[in-house]
Amino acid sequence: MSVLLEVKNLKKYFKTPRGPLHAVDDINFKIKKGETLGLVGESGCGKSTTGRVVLRLIEATGGQVIFNGENILDYKKKQMAKFRENSQIVFQDPFASLNPRMSVSEIIAEPLIINKKAKGAAELGKKVADLMDTVGLASRLENVYPHELDGGRRQRIGIARVLALNPEFIVHDEPVSALDVSIQAQILNLLDELQRDKGLTYLFISHDLGVIKHVSNHIAVMYLGKIVEMSDYKSIFANPKHPYTKALLSAIPVPRVDDVKRERIILEGDVPSPINPPPGCRFYGRCFQRQDACKNTDPLLNEISSGHFVACHRCPRDE
Amino acid sequence: MSKNNENLLNIENLSIHFFIEEGTVAAVNDLNFSLKPGETIGLVGETGAGKTTTALGIMSLIQSPPGLVVDGSIIYDGRNLLELSEAEMRAVRGSQISMIFQDPMTSLNPVFPIRDQIAEVVMLHEKVTAAQAIQRAEEMLDKVGIRKERAKDFPHQFSGGMRQRVGIAIALACNPKLLIADEPTTALDVTIQAQVLELMKGLKEENNTSMIMITHDLGIVAEICDKVAIMYAGSVVETADKKELFNNPKHPYTIGLFNSIPDIEKDEEKLKPIKGLMPDPMNLPSGCSFHPRCDHAKPECSQKVPKHTQVNDGHYVRCLLFEEGGE
Repeated sequence: MSVLLEVKNLKKYFKTPRGPLHAVDDINFKIKKGETLGLVGESGCGKSTTGRVVLRLIEATGGQVIFNGENILDYKKKQMAKFRENSQIVFQDPFASLNPRMSVSEIIAEPLIINKKAKGAAELGKKVADLMDTVGLASRLENVYPHELDGGRRQRIGIARVLALNPEFIVHDEPVSALDVSIQAQILNLLDELQRDKGLTYLFISHDLGVIKHVSNHIAVMYLGKIVEMSDYKSIFANPKHPYTKALLSAIPVPRVDDVKRERIILEGDVPSPINPPPGCRFYGRCFQRQDACKNTDPLLNEISSGHFVACHRCPRDE
Repeated sequence: MSKNNENLLNIENLSIHFFIEEGTVAAVNDLNFSLKPGETIGLVGETGAGKTTTALGIMSLIQSPPGLVVDGSIIYDGRNLLELSEAEMRAVRGSQISMIFQDPMTSLNPVFPIRDQIAEVVMLHEKVTAAQAIQRAEEMLDKVGIRKERAKDFPHQFSGGMRQRVGIAIALACNPKLLIADEPTTALDVTIQAQVLELMKGLKEENNTSMIMITHDLGIVAEICDKVAIMYAGSVVETADKKELFNNPKHPYTIGLFNSIPDIEKDEEKLKPIKGLMPDPMNLPSGCSFHPRCDHAKPECSQKVPKHTQVNDGHYVRCLLFEEGGE
């Protein structure tokens, strides 16, 4: 399959009184058509900023976002409007992201009206009804307001609104984090079906490694604005290389009781501030495998075996 | 359920309702569980299952009106907490039973240094001088892994994980027999969660404290609990030893919960979610409150309220499928 989205040396620094905050610092990745890249990391690692910069909801500080062969960061207003039809975002909080004064059908119809995608009320009504059906919202809910619905249904509205313009690419920013597990599973299954039926391409952002593994073809692990490890979804779990990935995996409580004790890596300290980060590896202060070289030289993201990229001085290339 | 004198806590038939203008919210309904000294029970359920209301009920912190304990008993160390006066209860809270809250930012006082907030509990419950209380506070900070130099810092100067450590220090300062932890790590990142859970486990074992761990995460239960009570619509639908419950879940809701979690160690194509939604506590379904979402529901499930049925040693299920005369 061809590459739909390629991100090259993408940077986003925010100005703060104490100096530039390196939210996203020189990251690279590709997503093939019809596939999902899972972006995982803890609070403040830059995963949401990445999602927004890729859609130009905030402007990048540097780098390129190549979508269908063109750098969208160079796009003018008209081209951007076209791109916006083609790329959409589903937000974490399904309540805050819906207008409380619009009914379900009005919310879903809005993108169709703005982009003049329906001729006349009858066609609009039919399109909205089809979209509600696609995401599993009963037609009787057409005229209710978001506050009358539970989180799972609200998230379905958000998904229907996103699908209205038939996008190729969707950024999912923690779409199931606010939902209970039984509802979360319903939404994950829906996203999976939609991707298969419509050949959608996803950038899926989450802090939950279980969810990420379930939805992704490839996974990128972020730490303090950098991608520290990236590979297909199986290798990250079967064969994690970066010490941070190892610690992250070992920290997840697994719902199983067997006598086999899992190796537990407990990291010291907290994530440091991304404002004016020191040179060298960002993970240096918390790493249990650090050596002197890590303090001064920033490790590059190297391909250590086919399709498996790691940014760590301690992870040599496979011979 | 078992009547056991060794139990530190025995909750029987507890029902807590809120009487509001629109009707009655049946938050906790005929809830039963017990806890031995040093034991940890995981109270597991989704939003609205009544986990937090149960915890506040044990602490007598239900706001009344509109809330009211309409039935049942909470026997702690031989006394029914529901019969204690407010003054008696105040002596229990914080010294005998204490609580750790979910959000470590809002549960600390923003205008006092953390050291003083820990000392306050000690001063309230023990006959000590201010200097002794402060000294105890500093010992507690050391126990939870906060450096002495930071004792005079304010809550906003700490990260979420550190603040939760302060919350733990406050809760354990008077060496309570029972600790109620209400989703203590939900607001934290996984690597920080691992630190905090490790700390709680250590301190609990050191002091032989009993604990009620309220969580929606079965992974945390596997990690830290001895037994589990699965809650649905205000009552315990299944309770057992951790091992028994994880290896041999019986209630259709428990099985549904396990099937809903994406497993990082398995490679499943599709999740098997529980159909439908949590019921409205103002309008609970008749009979078994899970029956509208249950794949095994029979006609009588909508009429008969299931009783606790023992299916294995110490393993109780509330489901008609397992009652005598059932299948």
